[in-house]
Amino acid sequence: MADTRAPALVVDRLSKRFGDRVAFADVSFEVSQGEVFGFLGPNGAGKTTTVRTLATLLVPSAGSAHVAGLPLTPANGVEIRKRVAVMPEAPGLYLRLSVRENLACFADLYEVPKTRVAQALRAVKLDDRGDDACGALSKGLRQRVALARALLSEPRVLFLDEPTSGLDPAAARDVHELIEGLRQRGVTVFLTTHRLEEAERLCDRVAILNTTLRSVGRPDELRDRLFARSLDVRLVVPLPDPAVVFDGLPAVTGWQADGEASYRLTVVETVTAAPAVARALVAAGADVLSVTEGRHTLEDVYLELVDQTRGASG
Amino acid sequence: MSVNRRRIRAIAGKELREYRRNGNIVYAMAVLPLVFLIQPLIQAFTLSTRASVALHHEHALLYMLAIPVLVPAALASYSVVGERLQGTLEPVLSTPIRRDELLLGKAVAAFIPTVVVAYGVFALYIVVVELFAKHAVATVLIRGPDVLAQLVFTPLLATWSIWVGIAVSARSTDPRTAGQLAILLSLPTVALTSLVAFNVIPVSFKLALGFGIGLIVLIRLGGTFASALFDRERLFTSAK
Repeated sequence: MADTRAPALVVDRLSKRFGDRVAFADVSFEVSQGEVFGFLGPNGAGKTTTVRTLATLLVPSAGSAHVAGLPLTPANGVEIRKRVAVMPEAPGLYLRLSVRENLACFADLYEVPKTRVAQALRAVKLDDRGDDACGALSKGLRQRVALARALLSEPRVLFLDEPTSGLDPAAARDVHELIEGLRQRGVTVFLTTHRLEEAERLCDRVAILNTTLRSVGRPDELRDRLFARSLDVRLVVPLPDPAVVFDGLPAVTGWQADGEASYRLTVVETVTAAPAVARALVAAGADVLSVTEGRHTLEDVYLELVDQTRGASG
Repeated sequence: MSVNRRRIRAIAGKELREYRRNGNIVYAMAVLPLVFLIQPLIQAFTLSTRASVALHHEHALLYMLAIPVLVPAALASYSVVGERLQGTLEPVLSTPIRRDELLLGKAVAAFIPTVVVAYGVFALYIVVVELFAKHAVATVLIRGPDVLAQLVFTPLLATWSIWVGIAVSARSTDPRTAGQLAILLSLPTVALTSLVAFNVIPVSFKLALGFGIGLIVLIRLGGTFASALFDRERLFTSAK
């Protein structure tokens, strides 16, 4: 029996080459059970190949991994595939078959009871579309059917490869809600995506891959690691001499004008710096509109890391 | 290594449903056998009693053995490349299914309609000839050993042709090319059965036995070969 506390995925220096071409190299990370783990990277970074390798569709060239408690070896392929499910970027449905027929076929392939079909349809709110031909469904509904198919086996690890690719905002929101539902059910989700706001909203931790792994951590950890903490100050009128106000504050390590009456301050710690800055501004007679924590988005982190890679290789 | 019957049934059932709902496949399965039925029927109805004596050395029924060779070649050649084309191969291979289970499921799905169609056409021919052709002509055209040969060789030829089709399909990136190549590779078998039918190669029990044993060996080799050609890595990485 698998250790219920063991990580869902342990990847150690895993690499995959196709001849001379390196798909991904030296990738290491762990994913805990029940975690929603984002896997980000530009096109051609090796995200899909990583998923296919961990799902035993491709054999790694080097390194090792444990997937759902089992060593990633060809001999364990069938057993691993019983414990994981993959939702590829393209839904890959049999378009001439109905939704229910598609799911029934996969229920047989996973050797699970046919009653799971109805459960999976309910989980993705498609119980009234079971008899529709998949070819007649919209792209968003096809994605939902693909997700239902991935849920049939009640997998320990669910790989979602660009699940909202090409979907309109409403359909993407539906998929987000479904992923939130999976998190609440304790399913480990490995989510590859281009949508950084999606990763920021859904993922406990993210990894950024560009053939090699650039960084792994919680989105706020990555922000802190890459960017200094800052405060954004907005005033009614510009300060006559900002240096007199900001240079004397111990919590402020640097500052720069950020518009006509706005300043971005680099600080040691925002919680202690913000009141000190507000007091100093009021003491200097400034009319303060706002003092807010400077926010770097995951997109800033992503672009910074990907640009670093381009700089290093260029 | 054991195979899981439920998974084989799942693939075969899915394939059969897809065949039924694919107009092109239904059309191909209907038209091809008719092409091979027309010539023997014309022969049966235009021959005089006297001329039928000349057919004593021919085996018109065996001419229709082309049906179990050509029909499954068209079906099986689409089996893997078709899945790849519609993006369904990755979800299927992500399940616990083994390569041999997948290929067996596909082979069964191509085998069943082929044998039903081939036997159906033979039966139709026999019934029509017995009912409407001159008695002397019917006696010459429909002979016990020929009927037995049809019954025995139809499944063997179909199975061989299916493995050829699947092997081609596993290595193809274009369904049309796969179909043409599979039919091309089936032509030597069709040529052989035609040569026997027209008595260019004289029929004998030894020939039938040798042909049967040869087909069984080829079927074993064909299955192994098709399985070896089904390379997951290549299917995911070579150009579509």
